[in-house]
Amino acid sequence: MSAHSDTTKVRKFKVDRDAVTWHGRYEPYDLAKEFLIALLVVVILVAGLAVLFGSPDEKPVTVRSWSTADAVGFAQTAITELDGTSPTATYGPPYNLNGTAQSIGPLQPAKWLGVHHPIDTANDYVLGPLATLPDNPQVQAALQEYKSASPSQQATWNAAYEKAVANATFNDGKLVVPAGDYGPVATLIAEETSMARSGALDGALLSSRQFYGTDYTKPLLFIANGQYLADLAGNQHLAGDQWGMMNETGQYPGQAWLWLYTLWYQVPPMKTSSNADLQVFSIMIILTILLALVPFIPGLRSVPRWTRIYRLIWRNHYREVEGSGGPAGGGGSSGSQDSSGGPPLQAEDGTRTPVSV
Amino acid sequence: MTIVDPKAVRPDQADLDKAAGRPEDADQWTAKIRNTAVEALPPQKLLPDRQPAYVASWIYVFGVTTIAALMVVIGTGFILAIFGPNWWHVSSTGLFVNSLHLWSVEIFMFAMVVHLWGKFFMAAWRGKRKITWITGVVSFLVSVGAAFTGYLSQQNFDSQWISTQAKDGINSTGAGAIFNVTNFGQMIMWHIVLLPLCIVAIVGIHVLMVRLRGVVTPLPAKGETPGEDPGEDPAATGAIGTEVQA
Repeated sequence: MSAHSDTTKVRKFKVDRDAVTWHGRYEPYDLAKEFLIALLVVVILVAGLAVLFGSPDEKPVTVRSWSTADAVGFAQTAITELDGTSPTATYGPPYNLNGTAQSIGPLQPAKWLGVHHPIDTANDYVLGPLATLPDNPQVQAALQEYKSASPSQQATWNAAYEKAVANATFNDGKLVVPAGDYGPVATLIAEETSMARSGALDGALLSSRQFYGTDYTKPLLFIANGQYLADLAGNQHLAGDQWGMMNETGQYPGQAWLWLYTLWYQVPPMKTSSNADLQVFSIMIILTILLALVPFIPGLRSVPRWTRIYRLIWRNHYREVEGSGGPAGGGGSSGSQDSSGGPPLQAEDGTRTPVSV
Repeated sequence: MTIVDPKAVRPDQADLDKAAGRPEDADQWTAKIRNTAVEALPPQKLLPDRQPAYVASWIYVFGVTTIAALMVVIGTGFILAIFGPNWWHVSSTGLFVNSLHLWSVEIFMFAMVVHLWGKFFMAAWRGKRKITWITGVVSFLVSVGAAFTGYLSQQNFDSQWISTQAKDGINSTGAGAIFNVTNFGQMIMWHIVLLPLCIVAIVGIHVLMVRLRGVVTPLPAKGETPGEDPGEDPAATGAIGTEVQA
């Protein structure tokens, strides 16, 4: 190895990617002790917070609790599932092909992998569960009549009922809808509401696949299609325009680290955009990549030097070095360490660094 | 009757020397891996008892606090896993353990964010430390995912609301086809198996990188002209604990 080889390539020391080499003094630093103290402090802090504040556990909404608390709202949602106008029915991938996927320019990523969790709202939420009531001849007759009717006839009944149910009431345990020609739809929705209030619909939505189910996609989307869940969430300051994604029920801190993700939903154009989710996700993906690649990005990697917060962090070091006119401990920092494993360095004043190759 | 001396069952150093490190075994894969590992991270570099004098700020505490909080997160999560996902909803003890889990996550994330921004403002990627920075950022992202799936696995109103809201963001990217946030079974497996394994692995790599490269030196002081002495950084060569005089 030659310290002054003619073949040496030299580049300038770049202050935002290269580190000076430390030749100063070393102080005792007991990492194991520091870790144990940190662990003890965290345990005490965690235990104290758990004793003082506990943790929230708001009971989940069930189809039964929803239809019991808001039978009319449930019926209004159920008819939209039957006539295919609910948010889930018109969602698109990954649930069905009925909706328009969110897009940025020509890109519609939701379509790339297609339908993976198929949901046919009419059959999965209304007709299928009602068919599990074989001992109810009235329901079976209504199902038979509805299924044997033409699509246009079904649409006519559905449209009439959806309009009427907006003015429905719920009295003495029965759904009361203004008189009209709804065919079997009035029976279907009334029985669906009764089934929901009994709790049977919760089971029917879950048991459609297997005995040991852990996939709550269908009942969750059904419940989310109604206004009831959103109203409860609004009361708990969890709605989207309340920075809901980072909040928690009650006064708990929640996922505060999602603040930036949530922020984008509060500002135009995402605030009112029909493609807001894809836009926000795209922004966050770009920002995340930028964060991970800061060391490679000129300008961005200079921000720490410009803000000079490092002077605060290492204030003792700078006080010692700049106050004494020399590096700490007589040795201090000098030389350079290349961050890229690239060629040896040259100081910005033009001084060339002889190095070995 | 044979009396066994418990100390005698331990191999002594002479026996260990016979069992490893022989020159004729140097070509073995095992020997090469051991030698490479020891060369890269000798004990005094892996667990140094001294640090450069500039390692003197409260900001350095947040890295170790993050790891300490992670251990509490994993410990409390372990207890919750032993009793199953329903336990904490029906048991006051379970609810308390869940509270410990929640608050340890809050402290873990807080410490990690402070550590991350501290390292950003120290430009801690300098001097061959880019991988250290990137693994730090990735461990933060995976931790956000782990916390998120934890919220989805609560089986309460909060998880219902978060899952039905978050599905739109995930679905819009196409990832919803694979990562179904309304599937409780899938989310709890991500939360208690896949993501914790990823976090431990990435944090492990991150810590080893910190030990390998040492703690980044301060940005040059006023009037300091770097580049005049490219000598090796003692922190990067294992010469820790020695006082280097100019």
